[in-house]
Amino acid sequence: MDVEILSRLQFAFTIGFHYIFPPMSIGLGIMLVIMEGMYLRTGNKMYEEMTKFWVKIFALIFGMGVATGIVMEFQFGTNWATYSRFVGDVFGSALAAEGIFAFFLESGFLAILVFGWNKVSSKMHFFSTIMVTLGAHLSAVWIVVAGSWMHTPAGYRIVGEGLEARAEIYDFWAMVFNPSSVERLSHTIGGAWLTGAFLVLSVSAYYYIKNRHIETAKTGVKIALIVAFIASLYQLYTGHSSAVQVYEYQPAKLAAFEGHYETAPGDLYLFGWVDEEKQETYGVKIPGMLSFMLFFDTEKPVKGLNEFPIDERPPVNIIFQTYHLMVAIGMFFIGFTALGLFMLWRGILFKQRWYMFIAVFSILLPHIGNQIGWMSAEIGRQPWIVYGLLKTKDALSKTVSSDEVLISLVMFGLIYLLLLVLFLFLLNKKIHHGPEDYKLIAAKDEMISTKEAH
Amino acid sequence: MYEGLDLNVTWFVLIGVLLTGYAILDGFDLGVGSLHLLIKNDIDRRIALNSIGPFWDGNEVWLVTGGGALFAAFPDVYATFASGFYLAVMLILMVIIFRAVAIEFRSKVESATWRKAWDIAFSISSIMIGLLFGIALGNVIIGIPVGADKEAYMSFFDLLNPYAILVGITTVALFMMHGAIFLVMKTEGDLQKLVRGWVNNTIIFFVICYVTTTMATLIYVPQMASVLKSHPEYFLIAILNMLAIANIPREIFHGREFRAFLSSAFSILALLALFAIGIFPNLLSSTIAPEYSLNIYNASSSRTTLEVMFTMALIGIPFVLSYTISIYWIFRGKVKLDNTSY
Repeated sequence: MDVEILSRLQFAFTIGFHYIFPPMSIGLGIMLVIMEGMYLRTGNKMYEEMTKFWVKIFALIFGMGVATGIVMEFQFGTNWATYSRFVGDVFGSALAAEGIFAFFLESGFLAILVFGWNKVSSKMHFFSTIMVTLGAHLSAVWIVVAGSWMHTPAGYRIVGEGLEARAEIYDFWAMVFNPSSVERLSHTIGGAWLTGAFLVLSVSAYYYIKNRHIETAKTGVKIALIVAFIASLYQLYTGHSSAVQVYEYQPAKLAAFEGHYETAPGDLYLFGWVDEEKQETYGVKIPGMLSFMLFFDTEKPVKGLNEFPIDERPPVNIIFQTYHLMVAIGMFFIGFTALGLFMLWRGILFKQRWYMFIAVFSILLPHIGNQIGWMSAEIGRQPWIVYGLLKTKDALSKTVSSDEVLISLVMFGLIYLLLLVLFLFLLNKKIHHGPEDYKLIAAKDEMISTKEAH
Repeated sequence: MYEGLDLNVTWFVLIGVLLTGYAILDGFDLGVGSLHLLIKNDIDRRIALNSIGPFWDGNEVWLVTGGGALFAAFPDVYATFASGFYLAVMLILMVIIFRAVAIEFRSKVESATWRKAWDIAFSISSIMIGLLFGIALGNVIIGIPVGADKEAYMSFFDLLNPYAILVGITTVALFMMHGAIFLVMKTEGDLQKLVRGWVNNTIIFFVICYVTTTMATLIYVPQMASVLKSHPEYFLIAILNMLAIANIPREIFHGREFRAFLSSAFSILALLALFAIGIFPNLLSSTIAPEYSLNIYNASSSRTTLEVMFTMALIGIPFVLSYTISIYWIFRGKVKLDNTSY
């Protein structure tokens, strides 16, 4: 295999594996802020033990995120040296900003979050929880800004020619707020919130089914359902605005999402299959709906793939599938959480074991959504690495051979497989152990304080 | 913005500060890891692990930020280094991954075999990180084959030359010394007695390596020596460095561990300062032709980026320092194991 395929595989594999963890830290961070906030507000020990339990899970997830994240920092240089020279001005500064403004904040307060329960006041601890969560969000901000610039470059000029050509910033804020930054960031963060909420939902529902930690489980289900419902509606909105933005700046990608070849009023497929050779798309569709979504007019033509030279089109069927699956998952979230909240309101939610059973397994869906959502976005950018400026095949490291990449790819494959197994084993162990019994702890505290009173 | 300021020099210094911060801070936790297997029982190993528990992750951020800053300020250096040293960088990354998960996983299962396996992973990866960064540093000192196209074609085994390996071993010794002093600060009782004994041994190990490396540098890397010839005042740094090292056993003897720690931190600073002075203004010297070397001017980003980044640094540094100092303050004193510990 050639260096390009191997390097792309390695990047996709390592970023995909890494991206299991950050959405969970971002989303779980929000959940921790809510739980610990409830504890400070109510003084209820249940919230305290709940928070402590989830902080331990958070620490494990965070550790995995750190371990797999450091690879990403250096992989631009190792495998994509030509790209790195080309975009260093732009991309490097976003990475450096992530370090200075997000990672230091996150890692500093993480120490207090995890190890500081007995070292600082409960208010200071709550503040640390907020800061860690803020840090996790800020890190998403900078890396998504950098990634968005690769889709919709702005605020730069090209200096030099041929080998020496590179993008230089002339307007930093135009680079930061490039046309896709805000939409992509909103949609990414929404996905992370869903992931955190569904993690809590899944584990809480599991306890409920197993008849353990019942009060904690019920509270967990309630909080998670509310957050997940809000986040899933928010995703509908950000998803829509992302699609509108993609059409404006990367029309070939949007056409590929819907397998839309001829410039004509666009249909919206519910599901289907694209025959790339015959340039035909088959499936169940709502005629004119794509045009309606983009322009609120079912008759207005949408630019088709045929408007673009063959070598400037992304692979069509794969992102058609990932995109549609992502949308389907998003719709499921809205329906599932709305139903759950409705049943909660009617007071019948906790009588529905089938619902809890689905909830346990539902944690897989936001993960699948995150992964295939990114696949749609990034494969949709192909054949460009920086849209319209630099092609992926021209961005590789010149000094790295395919054998070397093969060695590192196999190593990453083995190590990450091992890590995944160990992570799931430890996560499972922690979940089986569960939160401490808050009633027992409260009783103990009372005994100690009555003893002291005597 | 920042007229009259040579931002290329400024960024050379700032990246130096970040990487020195990394070496001083992660240096002690790598050192603690390198010595880990010398501790025999589980409770003491947990104490050692928890002495770095709240810190190691933040310490690693200095490397991550240093890497980001290098990418942004000197993209050609970042690209040539990372792609030229491909397999070595991959190896470092994998070792860093193993170390992070070893710390995280080790105490989460009661089984003795499980803990032993992760103890070994933790210790070997800690040694390997010091060794590999030292080897990289050694190769940067002697220069790498950077061509006219700014690329360096090297094989993994080219990196394993005797000089680079010597620098690698010296780095391991330095971190062990630094880590041993940190452990003395964080422990008490029998464990502290044990660790106190290691301080002297690691100092001897380090001094032997340091003297050998210095001689090798003067013989094999004459360009480093020529800087000292033309600027004899830099000898002062070398002398202060020796005094700092000599001060360590004295402070330990008087039970002033924190001062001993500051001395070894100063020693790391002095060594990296000498290195920076020796290579300046080059970042990667070419062994093919001096004019191919990547220096702070021909490998840098645009002035705008250097300005924007400098503003970020001015805003960010007070925050970074305040978090760092707060964390070290909150988790000061001897390690006590509790239900939040590893």
